[in-house]
Amino acid sequence: MFNATLKKSLAALALGTALLSAGQAMAADYAIDKEGQHAFINFKISHLGFSYLYGTFKDWDGSFSFDAKNPEASKINVTLKTTSVDTNHAERDKHIRTADFLDVSKFPEAKFVSTSVKSTGEGTADVTGDLTLHGVTKPVVIKAHFLGEGTDPWGGYRAAFEGTTTIKLKDFNIQKDLGPKSQELELIISFEGVKK
Amino acid sequence: MQLRNSPSRYGLVSIVLHWGIALAVFGLFGLGLWMVTLDYYSPYNHSAPALHKSIGLTLLALMIVRLLWRFISPPPPTLATYSAATRLGAKLGHAVLYLGLFAVLIAGYLISTADGRPIEVFGLFAVPASLTSIPDQEDVAGAVHLYLAWGLVIFAGLHALAALKHHFIDHDVTLTRMFGRRAD
Repeated sequence: MFNATLKKSLAALALGTALLSAGQAMAADYAIDKEGQHAFINFKISHLGFSYLYGTFKDWDGSFSFDAKNPEASKINVTLKTTSVDTNHAERDKHIRTADFLDVSKFPEAKFVSTSVKSTGEGTADVTGDLTLHGVTKPVVIKAHFLGEGTDPWGGYRAAFEGTTTIKLKDFNIQKDLGPKSQELELIISFEGVKK
Repeated sequence: MQLRNSPSRYGLVSIVLHWGIALAVFGLFGLGLWMVTLDYYSPYNHSAPALHKSIGLTLLALMIVRLLWRFISPPPPTLATYSAATRLGAKLGHAVLYLGLFAVLIAGYLISTADGRPIEVFGLFAVPASLTSIPDQEDVAGAVHLYLAWGLVIFAGLHALAALKHHFIDHDVTLTRMFGRRAD
């Protein structure tokens, strides 16, 4: 009985996998190049309405699948360690990690998992997905640019993208008020992937 | 009043250092707890931490002077009326206060200098960063600074209670000689 069920499930799984890979025959899987560090998740927020403050997350990783002929089948997921926030100022970074902002001891990870990709023009797309930040998961749309693909000088094959989205701090339950000009921040993700 | 300590009494240097440092420790503790609650738009958001850091580094310098002064002009011996246990307890207690205070001050310094930035002292000069390579330095040093500061003020409170016990229960000059009175 159990064996029969197991066999059926295995058969179904095999069939499902075969169908999936048939559908994505052209899409290749890429690992984001964190090893060579051609990968950045940066953010930008207004300081009192004067200049912009830029920060980055040092510790993150992710992978994606992509086929230039069928970009809407692309998928991406990214996970970052919130404690790795760096704005080039130790005291500010310490503050950003506290419960006032990222609360990194309670919410050590943030992630983005794409749910759909819509082509919007030559080399541009809207990548919709679920962003989990500060314990809150909300759909966001990343405006993505395809920057190019091809062989690198070391025997690998690379594809590169940059995407931006704007989020409201309060949408992710970050209640600390930085002032009327600093309610939102821009997230910028820029990376190369190396074909697996 | 004499500047140096003698076998029978504390001199002015030790007395001023003792009470000045006591005042600075409790002042810094209150200032520190208050400044971290300040809103970003508070007019004290910049000046309060600057003052805290300036006083803190001044205190570190004073503690070094105080430690050196112990060797240059040793404090008068403990009172003859103390039991062996009291003598040992006092020695250990004072060692804990010295070590605790140095540790709190150094941890504080390591927070603000974690990214290589110097600390301005009253806008007069800057103390450069030194150690910057501890992993998550500002967070680790921050936690150590906070918890040790609590430990230190609680221990300093016990130190004060012990002095009051000597004064009101044992009726000896432990407390009054810290104000310059002769031991004999």
